[in-house]
Amino acid sequence: MDLGQPRAPSPTVPVTLTINGTNHSLDIPPFVTLLDLLRGNLALTGTKKGCDHGQCGACTVLVDGVRINSCLKFAVSLDGTEITTIEGLGTPDHLHPLQKAFVEHDAYQCGYCTPGQICSAAGLLSEGHAKSREEIRELMSGNLCRCGAYTNIADAIEDVMGAEGRETVREAAE
Amino acid sequence: MRQFSYLRPTGISDAVAALAAEPTAQLLAGGTNLVDLMKYDVAQPSAVIDINGLPLKEIEVLEDGAYRIGALTTNSQVAYDPRIARDVPLLSSAILAGASPQLRNAATSGGNLLQRTRCYYFYDPSTPCNKREPGSGCSAIGGINRIHAILGASEACIATHPSDMCVALAALDATVEVTGPTGARTIPFPDFHRLPGDHPERDNTLQRGEIVTGIRVEGGRFAAHHSYLKLRDRLSYAFALVSVAAALDLDGDTILDARVALGGVAHKPWRNPLAEAELAGQPATRDTFEAFARRLLSGAKGQGHNDFKIPMAEKAIVRALMQAASGRPQVQSEKRLR
Ligand SMILES: Cc1cc2nc3c(=O)[nH]c(=O)nc-3n(C[C@H](O)[C@H](O)[C@H](O)COP(=O)(O)OP(=O)(O)OC[C@H]3O[C@@H](n4cnc5c(N)ncnc54)[C@H](O)[C@@H]3O)c2cc1C
Ligand code: SF4
Ligand code: FES
Ligand code: FES
Repeated sequence: MDLGQPRAPSPTVPVTLTINGTNHSLDIPPFVTLLDLLRGNLALTGTKKGCDHGQCGACTVLVDGVRINSCLKFAVSLDGTEITTIEGLGTPDHLHPLQKAFVEHDAYQCGYCTPGQICSAAGLLSEGHAKSREEIRELMSGNLCRCGAYTNIADAIEDVMGAEGRETVREAAE
Repeated sequence: MRQFSYLRPTGISDAVAALAAEPTAQLLAGGTNLVDLMKYDVAQPSAVIDINGLPLKEIEVLEDGAYRIGALTTNSQVAYDPRIARDVPLLSSAILAGASPQLRNAATSGGNLLQRTRCYYFYDPSTPCNKREPGSGCSAIGGINRIHAILGASEACIATHPSDMCVALAALDATVEVTGPTGARTIPFPDFHRLPGDHPERDNTLQRGEIVTGIRVEGGRFAAHHSYLKLRDRLSYAFALVSVAAALDLDGDTILDARVALGGVAHKPWRNPLAEAELAGQPATRDTFEAFARRLLSGAKGQGHNDFKIPMAEKAIVRALMQAASGRPQVQSEKRLR
């Protein structure tokens, strides 16, 4: 590593990212956030930009299975990770259980916050810390919904959590 | 955003050397504060040193039973670590009171210590701010100062430190481990952050080129009687107007030892060790706590919009100590006060 004088700005940095199961070797300027990379360069516009400052959760994606705000991550800092966006959770023919539950429970109005809500809920389910409705609400508080669909969002998540619970019980019984 | 050079050192000494060589370089950990400040053009690093490759991601138990929390552990990792949740529940609770699950998944322990104030003027480069631009003046004095300090402020700056985690660490007498160009040293928590004085541009006492490597905190002692009580404009995902980290060691109803730190009220977590010492031997009653609260807040001064914080803090201190004494700490997912 060269530790001499102030360095010139890095024009681009090579990174490898797996996005929704596809490998991408990219050269990206270091100031590009994961959110802008997804929506701009990769045309994956399912992930939404709400505030661009970590204050709304619309940009939530999963990095190595963990939910984060993609607007506050430089893409170059995620070299070697696996990223899942709403496009990678389900397809129109095979909806993710959370997508199905959001449809069934009318868990949106305009839908702008929905991809972030669903990615966040997927993260919440795999974290496994929410055991009650109160805890679901607290642990979904990083996702704002200007349309105020909160009650139905909590219903949808509770539904999937309940189904997963029943699944585990059934598996254990078999 | 301005251009910058991007470095990804893999060893602590490389990171220290890179930071020491370029005074305008900044470290990147979780990015949840630095990237935000770069977008607002408040932070203008010429180089960003990504330290996510450094081996500082573990929580270790030391020989004396204390915990050493690596600087790159995430806030979620620490809060949900079963050992920390059991032995240092005040720390878990304070972390879970802060930010959002997504942010806590990205935010690191080191970055949390170093996060900058949320003063609105600090965030707005079109306004004077001594912290952002030394000598330019303080827009919050005589401006909108609802979220600002009531204790320890100076004529140069009335900002508060926004962290929840640090309030618990202050109450628990943690120490901060750092490594710099001349080697490693440890900093007692009260000496890590500083009051604004004439140099509000300096939030802490780190020297040039120093990197936080870990935080050392003892467990066990206050696990039975503690509470982190955070009061804010929304019930979650909002910074503290006032917060209290309370920890008691009791013998029956008699106080053996007490620690109380306040958040949201000063440029650093606020404590008064003398007043705490006087609690020893006293009964754990409301009267005792009310007298203590007045003592802890002595010298408090409002700036106009934030005058409400003084009575709010007084009540919050008493409430948190009552919760701690009864062994019923505030639970962060529960939105009623206990
Ligand atoms: C919308 C929002 C709400 C929030 N709400 C809360 C809240 O309620 N309570 C709360 O406590 N926090 C809150 N936060 C702040 C959050 O906790 C911090 O942004 C986070 O802890 C910073 O950690 P990081 O790893 O992301 O730091 P980074 O952004 O990577 O770095 C922050 C600073 O620390 C320096 N740094 C990082 N690591 C080290 C190290 N090892 N040694 C020396 N310097 C280092 C960096 O150079 C930088 O200056 C909120 C943030 C946002 C965006
Ligand atoms: S309070 Fe401090 S941070 Fe805020 S405007 Fe004044 S000098 Fe700047
Ligand atoms: S766009 Fe990222 S949190 Fe709002
Ligand atoms: S559905 Fe419109 S913002 Fe949530």
